[in-house]
Amino acid sequence: MTTVPEASLGLAEIILAIGVPLLLSLGVLYGIKMMSKVKTAASGNRLSALCMLLAIIYVFMRTDLSGSLVYIILGLAIGTLISIVITLRVKMIQMPQMVGLLNGLGGLASALAAILTLLSGETQSGFSLVTSGLALAVGALTFSGSMVAAGKLQGLLPQKPKVYAGHHTITALMALAMLVLIALLPVVPGYNGMFCLLLGVLGLLFGYIFAIRVGGADMPITISLLNSSSGVAAGIAGMALGDILLVSVGGIVGASGLLLTQIMCRSMNRTLSAVLFGRAPAAAKPEQAQETKASEAAVEMPESAPADPVDWLIEAQSIIIIPGYGMALSQAQEQVKTLTDLLEAKGKDVRFAIHPVAGRMPGHMNVLLAEVDVPYEKLYEMETINPDFSSTDLAIVIGANDVVNPAANTAEGTPIYGMPVLSAEDARRLMILNFDTKPGYAGVHNPLYDGASNIHLMLGDAKGSLEQLIAGLG
Amino acid sequence: MTGLEGVLVLVFLVAAVLGYKLIKAVPSLLHTPLMSGMNALSGITILGMITVTAFSQSVLARLVGMLGIIAAVINVVAGFGVTDRMLRMFKGGKEAVGKGS
Repeated sequence: MTTVPEASLGLAEIILAIGVPLLLSLGVLYGIKMMSKVKTAASGNRLSALCMLLAIIYVFMRTDLSGSLVYIILGLAIGTLISIVITLRVKMIQMPQMVGLLNGLGGLASALAAILTLLSGETQSGFSLVTSGLALAVGALTFSGSMVAAGKLQGLLPQKPKVYAGHHTITALMALAMLVLIALLPVVPGYNGMFCLLLGVLGLLFGYIFAIRVGGADMPITISLLNSSSGVAAGIAGMALGDILLVSVGGIVGASGLLLTQIMCRSMNRTLSAVLFGRAPAAAKPEQAQETKASEAAVEMPESAPADPVDWLIEAQSIIIIPGYGMALSQAQEQVKTLTDLLEAKGKDVRFAIHPVAGRMPGHMNVLLAEVDVPYEKLYEMETINPDFSSTDLAIVIGANDVVNPAANTAEGTPIYGMPVLSAEDARRLMILNFDTKPGYAGVHNPLYDGASNIHLMLGDAKGSLEQLIAGLG
Repeated sequence: MTGLEGVLVLVFLVAAVLGYKLIKAVPSLLHTPLMSGMNALSGITILGMITVTAFSQSVLARLVGMLGIIAAVINVVAGFGVTDRMLRMFKGGKEAVGKGS
């Protein structure tokens, strides 16, 4: 272990300063590459983790820690201890809020790093000042935004979008104010403390107001967007500190979050700005009230119909199960697995159709089904399985609504119009296990509830409905 | 902007483009673990946190640094931990049978 003084920039020092971060960045990138295949994904994640550990060791070796060593070691120890508890305790069902919470902590750390840089009392270049200011603002908004998102997912905050008067204007004004403050940082020296306070408070408020008006099905988009912003915050903090590794990994994370956000938006047929500024859900409100009444009246028909869902299961040869957020809410994935096993034991072909935005985070359904040992080969993406519905005997919708709503293809002017949906209605028969017949998050009436003779509704908690089916089969 | 600052901005952009390309290849099946893995990586800010804490002179600054380090460590360690737990659940048909459950 040698610490070379900054002044003597020998070849060895340059290799150490550029080469090691480069190598570790490549390691992280290779780890991500390994995450594109199920078989190598776990190793890829571990490779990324190893690179991170090496990076921390590298920083330890190159920095004079003297006076702060106790604080740093203590911080590392406490953080690791809490992490172990979290890792072992968290349930898969809590994963969306967990990701939100952890993401917020990353943002908080970036914001604190920026504050300490700004208040260090050392003279900073304009570049360092501006990037510190940016990292502070983005870090703070990531923190509060993620906390609000996690609070909503955990049920601590109301799930419904909360819209203030002039919401859009307030958001825009705050963003503008932050940009002005950041631009002023290098121009007005000597007031860094005040700038920190203003930027921190504005950032926190911005994150809050941005996340509070997002609800339900827009959550996956918000979570992945906040994921992106935490990466950006880290990357910009790295610029302020002149740390190449921080910059490169921050860039990778920022891009990944943005890409996921894009994918989610495309799957919902919504533009990012519509999600952020919430045009669509608000527009759906008046229609929702009216349509709900209509559907409630219609529901009585199928309930009096004598169709026995168990018979339908027995008569079907090919079955496609469509899980949605309702399955997660009632924690019915065990029952789904049991039903699948029973049906397969009777020689039936059972597959799963996964809509890209089913649930509350990207890939939510896949994780829940993996937890109960449903082999991933049975999970099909929307584009792959949609043509197969017409040749399928029975489709079973479990706690999904908007993602199977045929109105998306026909009802022009509604928020979900044009959103790609699973063509469940093409199956010969359709069984819907939903809590009630209220419209989904998008607030658009689902014509599948109108009582067609080949559609059977089982209302109530998905877990209970599934247990009924399992008992009937067994 | 000095040379180093230019390099930093360049590295940020190159890393973003490379990351974007690699992540595009990840199937939606793995999007949750991918996201939580990326989330853990965003805790890379711990490097910055350690550096600024090392340079801090006052006790208050060092305490703030410690708080930041705790936050970042949780982001990193718990992030990788839960991702690992999730990824170990993904099993193919044969493997699931082999487990006997």
